[in-house]
Amino acid sequence: MHGRGDLMANEKTVIMDNSGIKRAVTRISHEILERNKGLADVVLIGIRSGGAFLAEEIGRVTEVIEGVKAPVGAVDITLYRDDVSGHLPHQAVGKTDIPFSLEGKRVVLVDDVLFTGRTIRAAMDAMMDHGRPACIQLAVLIDRGHRELPIRADFVGRNVPTSIKENVAVLFDDRNQPVEVVLEK
Amino acid sequence: MNLLIKGGRVIDPSQKLDGTLDVLVENGVVKEIGKGLVAPAGAETIDASGKYVVPGLIDMHVHLRDPGLEYKEDIISGTRAAAAGGFTSVCCMPNTKPTIDNKAIASYIINKAKAEGFANVFPVGSITYGLNGDRMSEMGELKEAGCVAVSDDGKPVNNPELMRRALEYARGMGILVITHAEELSLVGEGVMNEGFTSTEIGLKGIPRIAEDIATARDVMLAEYTKSPIHIAHVSTDGSVRIIREAKARGVMVTCETAPHYFTLTDDAVRGYNTNAKMNPPLREATDVAAIKAGLKDGTIDAIATDHAPHHLDEKDVEFDVAMNGIIGLETSLPLSLKLVDDGVLTLGQLIEKMSCNPSNILGLSRGTLKAGAVADITVIDPVVRWTVEADKLASKSKNSPFLGWNVTGAAACTVLAGRVVHKL
Amino acid sequence: MAEFKHKDIIALRDLTKEEMELLLSTAESMREINSRDIKKVPTLRGKTIINLFYEASTRTRTSFEIAGKRLSADTVNITTSSSSTTKGETLADTALNLLAMKPDIIVMRHSVSGSHYFLSSKMPGCSIINAGDGTHEHPSQGLLDMLTIKDRFGRLDGLKVAIVGDITHSRVARSNIQGLTKMGSSLFLAGPPTMMPPGAERLGNVTVCGSMQEAIQDADVVMMLRIQQERQGKTLMPNAREYSRYFGLNPQNLKLAKPDAMVMHPGPINRGVEMSSYVVDGGQSHILKQVENGVAVRMAMLYHVCGGELE
Repeated sequence: MHGRGDLMANEKTVIMDNSGIKRAVTRISHEILERNKGLADVVLIGIRSGGAFLAEEIGRVTEVIEGVKAPVGAVDITLYRDDVSGHLPHQAVGKTDIPFSLEGKRVVLVDDVLFTGRTIRAAMDAMMDHGRPACIQLAVLIDRGHRELPIRADFVGRNVPTSIKENVAVLFDDRNQPVEVVLEK
Repeated sequence: MNLLIKGGRVIDPSQKLDGTLDVLVENGVVKEIGKGLVAPAGAETIDASGKYVVPGLIDMHVHLRDPGLEYKEDIISGTRAAAAGGFTSVCCMPNTKPTIDNKAIASYIINKAKAEGFANVFPVGSITYGLNGDRMSEMGELKEAGCVAVSDDGKPVNNPELMRRALEYARGMGILVITHAEELSLVGEGVMNEGFTSTEIGLKGIPRIAEDIATARDVMLAEYTKSPIHIAHVSTDGSVRIIREAKARGVMVTCETAPHYFTLTDDAVRGYNTNAKMNPPLREATDVAAIKAGLKDGTIDAIATDHAPHHLDEKDVEFDVAMNGIIGLETSLPLSLKLVDDGVLTLGQLIEKMSCNPSNILGLSRGTLKAGAVADITVIDPVVRWTVEADKLASKSKNSPFLGWNVTGAAACTVLAGRVVHKL
Repeated sequence: MAEFKHKDIIALRDLTKEEMELLLSTAESMREINSRDIKKVPTLRGKTIINLFYEASTRTRTSFEIAGKRLSADTVNITTSSSSTTKGETLADTALNLLAMKPDIIVMRHSVSGSHYFLSSKMPGCSIINAGDGTHEHPSQGLLDMLTIKDRFGRLDGLKVAIVGDITHSRVARSNIQGLTKMGSSLFLAGPPTMMPPGAERLGNVTVCGSMQEAIQDADVVMMLRIQQERQGKTLMPNAREYSRYFGLNPQNLKLAKPDAMVMHPGPINRGVEMSSYVVDGGQSHILKQVENGVAVRMAMLYHVCGGELE
């Protein structure tokens, strides 16, 4: 199992189990279809790494419902981070994989956990560099609050009130399927 | 100014002397050597117990940069460095500005050294006028003015015909030719020894053959013209072999090497250390071994430093641009004493190579503690440990690859014609 | 994944396998930017990069300049003709003056081997990238060559790489030997003995070959070096014609290499000397891919030195 965040802490609570995740993804998928009146011009872009796996998942679910497959891409926001000039060694840059144009598309950005909003800001900048989408919507599995930028998700799996010191992580299995969501003190 | 140096181990190869003795100096000359000598009234006494007392060391190859390049060194700072290093005499090379190619410059150096210096300075005049490799300088008059040899050191006399005539002419004038043996066409744009290190760090190489060919040529010219020749700064296995064979044939050839050639290899250049850049360049382990063998079997007659001061501005630059040469007067003694520790030389052989032989090669009437000789004496502390540090060096320039080295041995006291010019 | 903690990139000899793998991995990600319509990311916004070129080089300088601009850095070019060096200023003084303008990265090409270490000692707090120093190293070329080989074979270990030409004077050869040896490739060098430096076989996992044929036999990669008539023409070879007969790559001797072998050249090419045009423009040539990868590799280098902690 792997997931964002360092799971070394002692106190760990499962706040969403596997079936909970499945229901949330299914609901988000329905909402995306409803909001966009189907999948015409919709593209799903997951933010590496957790968001990319969830975007694939939403792609599968919407295809089952709608019978058509929305294009799914992935974006690595490392090069767009606002803390890139820090003194730490630069981390490896993941691959951005958007093998289609975003011009005029209805982009649904997908991330696992929405926190300060800085990652979403970076991802939106990256989207703009790939063309001019008709609109950008945001889907997240967990919204844990503590926003530092004026950013709000369009589709939320669950709102989880947290303290700033806590950590929320979505764990994935070896096939990159979401397993559970844990809260660490 | 009388002096009694008491209880030291007196080593004087010129009279095959090695024992715990006292040396009495009166009026600037050695009066007596013996046991239990009593200091005359008013004489200064130096306790030399645990120390070596030897004929004043002679460095037959230094650059004092005076006149003309006093920003690097001058006669005062250079002889102060000599005294600190245990040298009572130095021979200064003619690549000054102007060149030592006339009587006036030679006289200037001798007079300034006598008046203000801390060591005897014996100038070496140039072989060719202005070191231009074109026309012989006035060797007769240079000798008369006090020059003890002629050399174009820093560059070779490229033209074999000119070298032949210089050897013949110098023989007639009774002055020794010291050759800087280097075949420039083989040096090309080289800046360090050609070998694996130059290959790896990508610096252009100077092949050993550039030295060997020139050594062979000059030895053959000396042999053909029946003239004496002295080969400066021998650095290669090949040159040692050529000189050894020539000596066996009876050629009147002598030679010197420098402490860096038996202490360092071209590995010292790694990191592009410009203080390890000199000409000839530092060679490889096989050469170091050959130099030591040559010292041991007597092929190499003398240890000279090739003391070559350069200003920081001339060394704190890209490697190719940096000037050749390192200072050596103040590090020569400990580096050379190590040859004794390592069993390469006996103490007596070391003193021969650092004092007696240079004196004999150049006819300096030094290198001895015989009664009546000028009292140039070096008292060596063989066990003192010290660190080579730039701001402790007397030389104006600090371009040494040995900075930061911990070394053993130093001149405890340097006596110039009975006068103490340096004390540790 | 390894972290990149160097302030400078001066020689591949100074980097570990893991650090080079990180640079190559980042370069692969950078390539995506170069294929977009908007070829720019904001990563190095506000950073100043000075391209200080003491030797003419259109290709490398342009590649570094584009790399910097695609990362949103401000790039300034200084070439010898427009710098103070013609007025006799020392490199040390140039460094101090540039340092006073607070650049973040200096990309330098210089004719003296090792001069980047010297520059780095004068410029604490500023990253130094070597764009070629004398006959020492050319790390960005080495990295882009490795990336191009990796693109073709998916790996670097276990490959037979032939390098043919003037090894003595080639910084490209030195960087490739250093880098590819660490990556597990085997190198086979060939050239006239006048162009083979002493101890070449000790530079890495290197075999010095007696002929060009021996080197390229069953090779996966054939890397040809540039012959500079003004340098090698004097004493290292009779003339370009004879050189090309014995050390030039043509469709016939290329058949000695593996059928799917790739052909590389750091450029600029002397067509008809080290390589025949049939090979340069042939199906096995990856020369333009090298150039393309050059931008991505240089972006990765700029990115990682900017994030590095001081060593």
